[in-house]
Amino acid sequence: MNGRSFAFNAENMARARKAIQKYPEGRQASAVLPLLDLAQRQNGNWLSIEAMDYVAKMLEMPPVRVYEVASFYTMFNLKPVGEHLVQVCTTTPCWLRGSGAIVEACKEKLGIGMGETTPDGKFTLRKVECLGACVNGPVVQINDDVYEDLTPQTVEKVLGDLEDGRKPVAGSQAGRTGSEPRGGADSKERT
Amino acid sequence: MLQDKDRIFTNLHGFESWNLGAARRRGVWEGTAEIIRRGPDWIIEEVKKSGLRGRGGAGFPTGMKWSFMPKDQTLPHFLLVNADESEPGTCKDRDILRHDPFRLLEGALIAASAIGAHVVYIYVRGEFYNEAAILQQAIDEAYSYGLLGRNAASSGWDCDVFIHRGAGAYVCGEETALMESIEGKKGQPRNKPPFPANAGLYSCPTTVNNVETIASVPEILRRGANWFLGFGRPKNNGTKIFCISGHVNTPCNVEETMGIPLRQLIEEHAGGVRGGWDNLLAVIPGGSSTPVIPREICDTVLMDFDALREVQSAFGTGGVIVMDKSTDIIYAIARISAFYKHESCGQCTPCREGIAWLSRMMWRMVKGNATIDEIDMMLDITKEIEGKTICAFADGAVWPIQGLVRHFRPQLVERIELYRKNARAA
Repeated sequence: MNGRSFAFNAENMARARKAIQKYPEGRQASAVLPLLDLAQRQNGNWLSIEAMDYVAKMLEMPPVRVYEVASFYTMFNLKPVGEHLVQVCTTTPCWLRGSGAIVEACKEKLGIGMGETTPDGKFTLRKVECLGACVNGPVVQINDDVYEDLTPQTVEKVLGDLEDGRKPVAGSQAGRTGSEPRGGADSKERT
Repeated sequence: MLQDKDRIFTNLHGFESWNLGAARRRGVWEGTAEIIRRGPDWIIEEVKKSGLRGRGGAGFPTGMKWSFMPKDQTLPHFLLVNADESEPGTCKDRDILRHDPFRLLEGALIAASAIGAHVVYIYVRGEFYNEAAILQQAIDEAYSYGLLGRNAASSGWDCDVFIHRGAGAYVCGEETALMESIEGKKGQPRNKPPFPANAGLYSCPTTVNNVETIASVPEILRRGANWFLGFGRPKNNGTKIFCISGHVNTPCNVEETMGIPLRQLIEEHAGGVRGGWDNLLAVIPGGSSTPVIPREICDTVLMDFDALREVQSAFGTGGVIVMDKSTDIIYAIARISAFYKHESCGQCTPCREGIAWLSRMMWRMVKGNATIDEIDMMLDITKEIEGKTICAFADGAVWPIQGLVRHFRPQLVERIELYRKNARAA
């Protein structure tokens, strides 16, 4: 994870070209979000200056415009983060469902505080604002996946699985399919 | 209660597949070409007649919004579908994206034809990675079956649909910020006028609609405006997805009729308030920006635009946040203020500085570390912010505090007095 030279690999170059084509000619700057996302994924989940400069050059944008964008949107990490970025939602709907206990369980299980990374670089723990899964709260997002209907026990299990190199199944950890009322899937709520 | 036969979103909970075969069995893509062939004027008139109002929070009449688009086609027209769902308490569009994406794509095609757009961008919040992946698969499948692209669904209308993923910014749900974001800039709202219908994305005529709004359109046109108009009260018609979160026994999303009593919504669909109705403290009825209402109002209020405005709150997105008597209501609202402080784009001083100031005051109110005068000072600050910024973000950020002071002043006073008493004792 060095901060030196960056270039898209062949696969991401193809994806980047496809992303640019979504927008009218001369509007290639529109692809800055998808390209920064690709760059971040290729660069171990963070954006180095070199990666941002590379995107700027590809889109013919002044580098400062790209930095501006990268620092405005919260999903871009401008510093290295752990392999698993654990983001606990603590906004009011999740808080009402016990996100405080989820925060504590994560700290305890990982042995780190909020905003910190484990010494082995595996986990970074953060608070995050509303993830848009409020009826399945409390929720935690880990990289691209959201784990829902959590209890301190189930979030510990999710983290334990990741520690052991297993990928836990995302979504409800309490057996729900989606946003249906738990145990109440009679006719009116089935659909 | 809404009957199954009248539901638009028959796969809200994902019990069936989202794929094209399953979507067709649910009636999606039935008669799409015939609808589009009836022409923009008919479509817009029918949507106007149906009473459909935007489902993203502001509740602007959809047909009227479409009618603002110029007939002149010198510049390309754009349809932007707002899937930047981020208002705390709201998680309905997510279910449409992941469980019924073809309903959204069919609506996007019909709406695009009505406003003269050949290109649609669906702006999906960045955190919805898996939802965007499903939507992309649905788009690919739609292209391969001729439902999108040239002569989409044999309708005679050419329509390309692209996903634009956001990257974590609540304010991009504001329509002009959303355009800035698609143009590759920071998501900072624009001054209006010019309005998007005249100069929107790339300075071209643009319409922005919420996911639920667009996905409701095909079924309204298939069944007729009068069917949709038959639900709810005048100016508050149709069906709506409600999200019921917080202190209820079974939090859920459910489609119901507009104007359903709040109590019925909570008791029949969300298993009731934890500990029973009498244990209810308050409800935030339409997403985090809508002012909190105490139990006495919850007893009888109806869930629609006008009924909630009459009680000085708002219908918003239909995201109902329920709080029982164990809730520290001051903390609940302080946490919402912290959310808005975090999400302010920083462009307008009253918002950037004022909301941060309010947030700091609210954290002191949680402890009681304030003076009684500061309650009114806080209220004054909210009034100084409201209506003085480029976009409605700041209004939404101050309403929760106004609601708190309106209904829970005694609790604020009590907290301050307790803090002082403890300070004296120490």
